[in-house]
Amino acid sequence: MSVPIEYYLILSGFMFLVGVAGVLTRRNAIIVFMSIELMLNSANLSLVTFSSYMGNSTGQLFVFFVMTVAAAEAAVGLAIILAMFRNKLTLNIDDINILKW
Amino acid sequence: MVQLIYLTTLLPLLGFLFNGLFGSKIKNEKIIGIIGSSTIGISFLIVVGAFFQTLSMPVDQRQTIVNLFTWIKVGNLDVNVSYQVDQLSLLMGLIVTGVGFIIHVYSIGYMHGDKGFGRFFAYLNLFIFAMMNLVLGSNFLLLFLGWEGVGLCSYLLIGFWYDRKFEKSTTSDAAKKAFIVNRIGDFGFLLGIFLIYLTFGSLNFNDVFARAASLNIPQYVFNFIALFLFIGAMGKSAQIPLYIWLPDAMAGPTPVSALIHAATMVTAGVYMVARCSIIYASAPAIMEFVAIIGALTAIFAASIALVQNDIKKVLAYSTVSQLGYMFLALGVGAFSAALFHVMTHAFFKALLFLGAGSVIHGMHDEQNIQNYGGLKKYMPKTYVTFLIASLAIAGIPPLSGFFSKDEILWSSYADGNIIYWLIGVVTALLTAFYMFRLVSLTFDGKERFGHDKHPHESPAVMTIPLIILAVLAAVGGFIGIPEIFSGEHGNQFDNWLEPIFQPAQAKIAMFGVHSSLEEIVLMVVTLVGVIGSIYAARYIYIKNIKPAEKLSKRFNGVYNLLLNKYYVDEIYDASVVTPIVKGSEIVLWKFADIKIIDGLINGVANLIEKISGSIRKIQTGVAQFYALIMMLGIVAALFWIILSL
Repeated sequence: MSVPIEYYLILSGFMFLVGVAGVLTRRNAIIVFMSIELMLNSANLSLVTFSSYMGNSTGQLFVFFVMTVAAAEAAVGLAIILAMFRNKLTLNIDDINILKW
Repeated sequence: MVQLIYLTTLLPLLGFLFNGLFGSKIKNEKIIGIIGSSTIGISFLIVVGAFFQTLSMPVDQRQTIVNLFTWIKVGNLDVNVSYQVDQLSLLMGLIVTGVGFIIHVYSIGYMHGDKGFGRFFAYLNLFIFAMMNLVLGSNFLLLFLGWEGVGLCSYLLIGFWYDRKFEKSTTSDAAKKAFIVNRIGDFGFLLGIFLIYLTFGSLNFNDVFARAASLNIPQYVFNFIALFLFIGAMGKSAQIPLYIWLPDAMAGPTPVSALIHAATMVTAGVYMVARCSIIYASAPAIMEFVAIIGALTAIFAASIALVQNDIKKVLAYSTVSQLGYMFLALGVGAFSAALFHVMTHAFFKALLFLGAGSVIHGMHDEQNIQNYGGLKKYMPKTYVTFLIASLAIAGIPPLSGFFSKDEILWSSYADGNIIYWLIGVVTALLTAFYMFRLVSLTFDGKERFGHDKHPHESPAVMTIPLIILAVLAAVGGFIGIPEIFSGEHGNQFDNWLEPIFQPAQAKIAMFGVHSSLEEIVLMVVTLVGVIGSIYAARYIYIKNIKPAEKLSKRFNGVYNLLLNKYYVDEIYDASVVTPIVKGSEIVLWKFADIKIIDGLINGVANLIEKISGSIRKIQTGVAQFYALIMMLGIVAALFWIILSL
């Protein structure tokens, strides 16, 4: 007896929305960063779901790639956050608004 | 020889290239001078050969067209580089290369030691190249090429000593003045050429003139063509109102004044009008206009020459005056008389300028005749040749000027109007007076120069050309002895040119018969006046200066008017130059350029800056805000996709 596909998808969508909300509302750079990871993983969950549902392993293989890239991205992202903290002594991204005219 | 005529332009061009490219590298003046002169000398021999070959042909076959190559072929326009060898072009070619060669040789002595020696000969050769194209070209476009070419060389040579002061400004200013004033005339000339092409559908002399004689073309078309061409001639040949550049052209070295601004280039206008004689004969109103301008220029310039103190200035105004004579002759339909005067004038005026150059050379660049005096014992050869030229220009028989001037005066009386004759005679008297004022002040009387000057005779390379020209100026008139003296053969010079002007002469209504007694009476009247004028000048300027001083005090206004050349330069300055400069500054620069053009561009830039200034506030720099916008965009895109399913 398998769990219906909708459950997985609803969970995935919920996780994604949580991630979006986290990215848009939180001010701490680390938490924003974690929210992004959450969005990535929700996408992974959808991929695995469809893969199993369709009986095709391509989606699961793809998830491995995503996880590899995410690991690399995490390393780079954390390095950037560290460098930023050293410069500004804060992690509040409202204070880091140099990306303008 | 006729077929080799292209060498007369090719050789000077090669000479120009050689001296222009390597002249500054070669330190040896002899090599430069010999190459520069020999190209012209060989050209002269070729023209002489072509002349005798043509002379041996029957009269009706004396025109040869030497076709070199196709220059422009577009649609109906078909222009070749081809030379027309006929009586008129041979005459001009002989003058240009002959006098040109003599002046080249003279320049070797005159320009000795100048740092621009090679450059000078390069320009002179380029000038001969352009001038030969002008006189030999068989179509209007080639004529125009030469026309512009001689203008360019004139500009380059007037400003040859570009680092020297000239009067109140520099020689470059004089050069620019000559070029700009000539441009005005050239513009008219160009319009004339356009109109010729529009009317006759060709630019070849033979086609145009044949059609002008035969086709039925409205009078006003001829009038416009003739007028536009004459405007060109006014500029190049220094007629009122465009003569003002010629006196300033004296800023150039003296051989240049002799070659370009006396003997050859300035007569290009006369040549052109004579070449187009059939067009002018078809436009009687413009003929009248030409005669009036010529007569006015003759007397106007002669009166200025009376009081000038710069030796070259006197000669320059004299040249303008003599050119006026030539146009007077053209205007009354005496085309061959005008060309006769071109020839004799080339001899004696080149001689006068070269003599003046010799004096200036011997007096270490002093040009004011008030600071000369008594030079005849220091430079006897210069004195004798200068005297011959002065007698020739004054019109003393049997020197050349007598015959040509007399023919012009007689034609202006017989074919024109007694007023023309009167102006001509008064001009002749003035000419005799100012020439002998010049001679007396320069060569006779007391020495008025300081002890620092050591006048000396010029070297042989300069005096031999003077002597050759003096011989020509003395005997050159004999080829044009008037019919009343030479009997049944008539005037040889007129006979030679007769086929060229025959169509035009046929078109001009000929005057009534005048008796030869009348001609002789007029001749004697003129001659007596001229001799009296010479004696007056010699008396006043050698023995007793008082009458002249009294006269100049009594008529102080007139004297100042003449001394300041009727204030024509000042009038042009006030009426043309200043309005253009001020207009450019106030209207074009400060209003049109700054306000309109700059304003438009700055306005557009300001507008964009204002708009973008308010829009750029959207970019806050907060990454989350960007993410939100992106999110909303994705949601909107998703909705759109879902709804459109």
